[in-house]
Order: sequence, then structure tokens, then C-alpha cells
Amino acid sequence: MKIAEKTIVQDPHCVAPNLSENHDKGLELLKYLILGTIFGIVFVKAEIISWFRIQEMFRLQSFHMYGVIGSAIVTGIISIQLIKRLNIKSINGEQIVIPDKVFKKGQIYGGFIFGLGWALTGACPGPLFAQIGSGYTVVLVTLISALAGTWTYGKFSDKLPN
Amino acid sequence: MNQFIEWISQPWPWYVAGPMIGLTVPALLILGNKTFGISSSLRHICAACVPAGIPFFSYNWKKETWNLLFVLGTAIGGFIAMNFLANPETIVISEATQSDLAALGITDFNSLLPSDIFSWSNLFTAKGLLFFVVGGFLVGFGTRYAGGCTSGHAIMGISSLQWPSLVATIFFMVGGFLMTHVLLEPLMKLVGF
Repeated sequence: MKIAEKTIVQDPHCVAPNLSENHDKGLELLKYLILGTIFGIVFVKAEIISWFRIQEMFRLQSFHMYGVIGSAIVTGIISIQLIKRLNIKSINGEQIVIPDKVFKKGQIYGGFIFGLGWALTGACPGPLFAQIGSGYTVVLVTLISALAGTWTYGKFSDKLPN
Repeated sequence: MNQFIEWISQPWPWYVAGPMIGLTVPALLILGNKTFGISSSLRHICAACVPAGIPFFSYNWKKETWNLLFVLGTAIGGFIAMNFLANPETIVISEATQSDLAALGITDFNSLLPSDIFSWSNLFTAKGLLFFVVGGFLVGFGTRYAGGCTSGHAIMGISSLQWPSLVATIFFMVGGFLMTHVLLEPLMKLVGF
């Protein structure tokens, strides 16, 4: 089956643009809270929020994190292929759209900068939230600083090489 | 029921956790035509709280409430896992990592995060400045500059076979390796470990 390719004009800064025409309101939004909750439980139970596990990963001393990320990617690839090939629609009946990511230099510079921070904090943005929830409240300071970092990028984004 | 709680209280292996995280991708697509990505939430919080007239933060963030609820859920999930499904044993990390980190001055290997670093008493010290303030800033600045983090690029982007996301992921790893193997030791000495 041929899939209708849709060209999308998107904000190059945003990796997760919201292209859904259908805006969830009220209780419909609860599903995201529930999904996020499951996600947070997995993060803690598989020790992905652990600073030690991130150190193990970057020191190549354990397979655990490579196994987690690798099998997540494989599951994602299979799921997206199934969605595309079987032309599965969203529950609202919309055509599922995955916007193309446009290459820019920021993926190199920004990626590198994030990597430095990932090894220091032992957390990417998702685990930051899970660490706070699981009682490591001092990570709130890290989160506020991450917000300051995001804000600073936004302020100077047009002056940075991209 | 008790047996079930006992069973899920053990640390989950990668082959359970990885596919569950991977399934977040189709779950978000099918439930709401949403693309998986966490670091965007930081942008939405900036847009909601301190837009300051900056074009990058001038958009309808309310349309992205779903993303904010998702990360709120992540925090709630952390709370549930830690308070009701906690692993009674201490974390088991590889001996090689343990001895490397002990050489750097880490002494607490009992929980998911070492209290040598992650405690409120470090807040106004050089340790806090490095690990919370500088570390957090690099995460927030870098992810937005890169247009995504581990979820948006490494998982969502590579899953949808987009090479720019592979490039980003490679540079996440390059930065992490450099910090871990070259910069961490002198930085930790500098802040008093």
C-alpha cells in the first residue's frame, strides 16, 4: 500500500512538534499522565535514573544501558514500520505523521554539549523528572539549571552556528 | 498479590525495560498522533513561565500540555516505584565501575545516586556548582541546541530511521565519553573530591 507522504513545514528547533489537528482536552489528557507514569516506573525499576548506571555505560563496563536503549530502538523501529505498512491510524482516525528531522550543525555541537552534561548529572531530561519524583529532591536544582540552559539557548539561538 | 509485588520489586532487566520504553513511541503515535520527546518539555516550561518576548518561546505552549503531563507522570512514576515497588537490596553495579569511582572519591554505593554528590548539603559548594548547576545547564542548553535528547533523537529519531538523529546520538556519546574519561577526574579534584 502506498503511504501518502505529507510535507510538513516545521520548526527546526523542535524535535517533537505537535502536528495533531485534534487537541486533547480535559480528561483526554489523562492518558499522557498515565503513559508518563508507566515510563517513570520503568526508569526507576530498570535503574536508568542511576548516576552509576550512566557511568557504567560511558566506561563500557556494563551492557545494561546499551541493552535498554538498543532494545528500545529495535522495538520503536518495528512499531513504526508496522504503523506505516499497515497504515494504522491514530484513535482519533488521523493519519499518523512523523515529521522528518532536518540536519543542522546544532545536532553536532548541541549533542556534544548535552553529552558532557549527561555524564556529569547522570541524567537526560526524562530521568531528571523521575529522580525528583523518587525523592532525590536536590535534582530540582539541576532541573532549574536545565531550564536556564534551555532559556539561554532560546535567547541566543539565532546567534549560534546552525 | 504480595508475591507479585515482590517479583516486580526486583530490578528490571534491560530486555524488559528497553521494549517498554520503545513501546512509548507507538503508544503516543496511536493515542494522540504525538511524537515522543522529553526535552521539549523544558522549552514549554520556559514558554509558559518566562517567555520574555523571545521568538523561540512565543508559541502556543498550551497545545503542548500533553508533553507537560507526560513529564509530570514521569515524576509520579518515580515516586510510585521508589515508595511502593522499591528494590530492598542495594544497587549492584559492575566492580570495575565501583573501583574506578572509588578512586575518584565516591564512597556511597548504596542507592541509585551517590550521596557524596547528590545531597542538599552540597548545594552551595563547588560540588553542587559542578554537578547541579553546570551539569544541568549543559543538559538543558545542549538538548535544545541539538533539537532533542535521548528520547527524541536516540529513540524516536533513530526508530523512524532519520540520520540526523543518529548524528546527534553519536555526539551525545562523544560528549559523554570525553567527560567520563578525560574531564571528570580533574573536575572532581577541582571541586574537592
